[in-house]
Amino acid sequence: MINKKESVAMLLAGGQGSRLYALTNRIAKPAVSYGGKYRIIDFPLSNCVNSGIDTVGVLTQYQPLVLNDYIGNGEPWDLDRSYGGVHILSPYQAKHGQEWYKGTANAIYQNISFIKSYKPEYVLILSGDHIYKMNYAKMISAHKKTGAACTIAAIKVPLSEASRFGIINVKENGEIYEFEEKPKQPKSDLASMGIYVFSADKLYEYLEADEADENSSKDFGKDVLPKMLAAGEKMFAYTFKGYWKDVGTINSLFESNMDLLNRDSELDINDPTWKIRSRNPIAPPQYIGENGRAVNSVVVSGCEIEGDVENSILSHDVTIRKGAVVRNSIIFSGADIGEGAKIDYAIIDENVKIGKNASVGEQNSEGKISVIGRDVVVSDGAKVPAGEITDKDV
Amino acid sequence: MSALGLIFSNIHDNNIPELTAKRTVASIPFCGRYRLIDFALSNMVNSGIAKVGVITKSNFQSLMDHVGSGKDWDLARHYGGLFILPPFGVVENNFLYTTRLEALKNVTGFLNKSSEDFVVMSDSDMVCNMNFKPIIAYHVEKNAAMTFVYVEKEKYDVERKHTPCLTIENGVVEDVSYGSTEGKINLFTNVVVIKRTLLISMINEAVSHGKKHFIDDVVKPELSSGRVYAYKHEGYYEEITSLQKYYDENMKFLDKEVRDEVFRKANVYTKVKDSTPTEYGEKAIVKNSLVADGCRIEGEVYDSIIFRGVKIGRGTVVRNCILMQNTITGESVNLNCIIADKNVVIKDRRNLSGCENHPFFLPKGTVV
Repeated sequence: MINKKESVAMLLAGGQGSRLYALTNRIAKPAVSYGGKYRIIDFPLSNCVNSGIDTVGVLTQYQPLVLNDYIGNGEPWDLDRSYGGVHILSPYQAKHGQEWYKGTANAIYQNISFIKSYKPEYVLILSGDHIYKMNYAKMISAHKKTGAACTIAAIKVPLSEASRFGIINVKENGEIYEFEEKPKQPKSDLASMGIYVFSADKLYEYLEADEADENSSKDFGKDVLPKMLAAGEKMFAYTFKGYWKDVGTINSLFESNMDLLNRDSELDINDPTWKIRSRNPIAPPQYIGENGRAVNSVVVSGCEIEGDVENSILSHDVTIRKGAVVRNSIIFSGADIGEGAKIDYAIIDENVKIGKNASVGEQNSEGKISVIGRDVVVSDGAKVPAGEITDKDV
Repeated sequence: MSALGLIFSNIHDNNIPELTAKRTVASIPFCGRYRLIDFALSNMVNSGIAKVGVITKSNFQSLMDHVGSGKDWDLARHYGGLFILPPFGVVENNFLYTTRLEALKNVTGFLNKSSEDFVVMSDSDMVCNMNFKPIIAYHVEKNAAMTFVYVEKEKYDVERKHTPCLTIENGVVEDVSYGSTEGKINLFTNVVVIKRTLLISMINEAVSHGKKHFIDDVVKPELSSGRVYAYKHEGYYEEITSLQKYYDENMKFLDKEVRDEVFRKANVYTKVKDSTPTEYGEKAIVKNSLVADGCRIEGEVYDSIIFRGVKIGRGTVVRNCILMQNTITGESVNLNCIIADKNVVIKDRRNLSGCENHPFFLPKGTVV
């Protein structure tokens, strides 16, 4: 058997996503719903497949049930392969005891034997926190061209915001000479996207060295990459242009969803040449009733709309009952919005039940998003004010 | 008790020539995102049947494209799964079956190779949610030779001339006749449960005697044994037997009760398309309509069924229509009582109208 893959992707999906609060109480961040039909992880997974990478290790740790269930055998992404395909890699027990993943670098280190079994030349490290469409094959070919040990994807951000990011300072040819983690006085506007291509041998070498270093926090950005640079390894930035949005906070998740309603947005999920794949729900077409209304919104199958929906995003099997008004909100699958309920500037998680005449969020409360966590029941007439986040029945 | 399924995909092609010009009855698009065979296949899968043969004859490319490996119905299996059974022809004997019995003769090889105890036969022109488990259990309990599934209908509900009706006495089928009496009739659904080995021997015997017709030549002689039982299916059941009926039955799904009965009691599986969510524009008005994923609605839609990937332009008004996959309407178009087959393009400012008891049909790919 020929057992070799040129590139293997490792997707770090273990993060708790604590800044998403109630939305990630019981599921990992990459499994959070996005854009009606998707989960965040659909973007890196689809990017892999569309870039011709068919071997993906997904590293899970925090609340992996929903994520594991969602990925399954990888069939929706054509990653159910006899050789390669998608693999869920969770922390495991070994002869010398068991360990949780201590940091991004340690997570990859613990799965080095998985990577080595494919004898790859290049290893692509990805995270499951961003919404973007990117051709990794182009980045890998740039990596080959420069002969670098490591290539880091970078994107230009407004200089005023650069102090929020890990900034990369590069020479004219794109070679990196300095990293600055959240600098107060940024020298450049190139931010690291947390996407790395390593030449496999260099990755193994530096992961092993980092593992042996007791003072290391076992993190790529903080430990491994600076060490490589200090050792004089050739490192290049690969500049990415296009839509790229972190969805790690309630506000950024909300904004990125709303970008789907903006036709001028750079994010085009309708592009037939770069399809974002997802696990499709088994549900009949959506129904809009005599009293229903849906304007400037995206809606997925299985929804039953008898109320009024504007500037909103509805996942599958959402029920909007008569007289309910939903504005500027994101409703995840299976939620039931009762008669006369008012929802404005809110994220309603999966299978939430909103009672009659209840209200969640307030008008014109941009930046103060109310969040109702999974399976919560909001009783008839209850009121959840703007900006309130709850995972308990109201 | 294990059972395998047999689905006839071509048998009613002549009923709806408009929609079957380039496809089988089984692959007629239905209710926004389905094809008719989805109901028969889902019924099988939901009843725990893991091996299904689909008997085809002609025009079955669209059907093959739709069912693929069967994975969307969980029928891509190492053991069992989906079997497409095309005609077994040789050059000197260019044989295409013309009757149900001949179709069965073609698949005796498949039946012989199988090891399941029972066979559930189903046509693919029906829309219903039918669980075969209790029917098979009933068949076993009665030690029946065959069990026929029927539904009670008013005569006027059924417009087909050659409608097979059952005369039933104490649960036993006494006679099969072709639509005669007024009032209530026992419409035979063509769903049959039979022991596999018995089916094989019946086919072989009938064919060796030069018989042609399954009901008249095989079933009827068996009736005197008193072991052909009737099983009544309750709930929604309709056959798509004409273009008008196709139109009317699609429209029935605007009723929540019908949707809940067919889609919410058990899953109806279909080929998934990775469509994007449907987008509703600033001026969109949609009332009493079913809309599939992947659409872009800028205009107005009333009392209609909109399939996947349909685009409705600004100022366009669609009433009482069935617009199949990827229909594109321009701006300021008026459509009333239209059935548009796949990939129809209707340009700006066109006015097209049929009427409710005579919908106007636009064939696949028409540009108006």
